[in-house]
Amino acid sequence: MTIKVSITLNGEKVSAEVETRTLLVEMIRDHLGKTGTHVGCDTSQCGACVVHVNGASIKSCTMLAVQAQGSEVLTIEGVARNGKLHPMQEAFREHHGLQCGFCTPGMIMSALDLVSHNPDPDDHEIREWLEGNLCRCTGYQNIIRAISAGAKAMRS
Amino acid sequence: MYEFNYHRPASLKEAKKILSGASDAKIVAGGMTLLPAMKFRLARPSDLVDLAGVSELQGIREKGDRLEIGAMTRHAVVAHSDLVRSRIPALADLAASIGDPQVRNRGTLGGSIANSDPAADYPAAVLALDAVIKTDKREIPADRFFTGMFETALAADEILTSVVFIRPKRAAYAKFPNPASRYAVVGVMVAEYAKAVRVAITGAGPCAFRTPQLERALSGNFSVAALDGLQIDAGDLNSDMHATAEYRAHLVMVMARRAVAAACA
Ligand SMILES: Cc1cc2nc3c(=O)[nH]c(=O)nc-3n(C[C@H](O)[C@H](O)[C@H](O)COP(=O)(O)OP(=O)(O)OC[C@H]3O[C@@H](n4cnc5c(N)ncnc54)[C@H](O)[C@@H]3O)c2cc1C
Ligand code: FES
Ligand code: FES
Repeated sequence: MTIKVSITLNGEKVSAEVETRTLLVEMIRDHLGKTGTHVGCDTSQCGACVVHVNGASIKSCTMLAVQAQGSEVLTIEGVARNGKLHPMQEAFREHHGLQCGFCTPGMIMSALDLVSHNPDPDDHEIREWLEGNLCRCTGYQNIIRAISAGAKAMRS
Repeated sequence: MYEFNYHRPASLKEAKKILSGASDAKIVAGGMTLLPAMKFRLARPSDLVDLAGVSELQGIREKGDRLEIGAMTRHAVVAHSDLVRSRIPALADLAASIGDPQVRNRGTLGGSIANSDPAADYPAAVLALDAVIKTDKREIPADRFFTGMFETALAADEILTSVVFIRPKRAAYAKFPNPASRYAVVGVMVAEYAKAVRVAITGAGPCAFRTPQLERALSGNFSVAALDGLQIDAGDLNSDMHATAEYRAHLVMVMARRAVAAACA
């Protein structure tokens, strides 16, 4: 049985015919062709799949596509503006907040949710917030620095 | 994940009808436990009834010395609620300590309690804050709700609608989190009321439970010193890859002392 799911993806109205068991991340990647959102663990641990649904960060490997019916979904592809990196993306580049880059889309989507609640997070608050985002490369130090700098750039 | 039929009722009445009509329907709330279980094929429902559209199950209301929280209220909403923070700060703190931000944005109070995971945080609050669990059929006192590991007094087609917490004079929750998942290796909630002290433990046994021994010690002398020299029996506690029963028994006393100290601060 397939169902037509319509969402607003990065500001654009789109829809796809999916099965009830199709995960939101599968709809985004396989049906809508936006492969910036990654799947690391597929068991809600690693945060590689974090996207925003109606403004809140969620793990898209643990939400069904049908549950997002009618929602506003924001992925890493929707973050840059007019060909210019978002200040948070720019901060990750500038501060070496990535090595292989696999975790980065999830890190950035998670960081943007943090900054929307807390425009000026301290390092401790950033570390606590990243509980659900794993990185196997950087050792996190530069990710913390990048988010702190990204938040600062977003304030100015 | 096996296939299933998906339903998104807009009212409790409609949800009940679908639940009783399907052969093996299951409720999905935040899906943070159920969807992983379905991926592992540990659960294989014929139908999923998503309660996200049922507005009766949302919201936080104050009635005298009670706070009633709808079953579909997300952990993040409880953690950030000014009402909860001002009336029962320990409950907001507990919600803020669950998992990670993305789990808190999806996971719900009702789902956590209906699941009765031995390491879940909310069950400690339900017991310590003398809660009443409301369902579409009846009201269940906290002391009769958790019946075993992943087992509760709920019937298969019963819908948990809200939880009513009684505001204590003071309370606090202390947990020793698993460093990876943040689930409680041991969590202790203490709550002082005019006539009684309630102490509830999660993470340590098959499901959350109260400890009359610690409650007696703290009644009339709500202080860390009242716990001096006390130990709890490791006999009935869990042993697993995370901790032995003896270590958990030790952690219970450490967390109980921390919780009392925080409540008195
Ligand atoms: C990475 C990760 C870390 C986590 N860390 C913690 C933690 O530190 N502490 C903690 O306590 N929890 C933790 N959790 C669990 C989380 O709190 C879940 O939200 C919770 O266990 C289940 O809630 P849910 O709303 O997602 O329920 P679901 O997964 O949707 O449902 C769980 C069960 O409850 C039933 N159910 C749901 N709602 C109702 C209802 N209203 N009436 C009757 N039955 C119902 C469902 O049918 C299902 O059987 C973690 C989860 C993950 C994925
Ligand atoms: S892929 Fe979703 S949390 Fe790892
Ligand atoms: S940069 Fe490789 S996993 Fe984070």
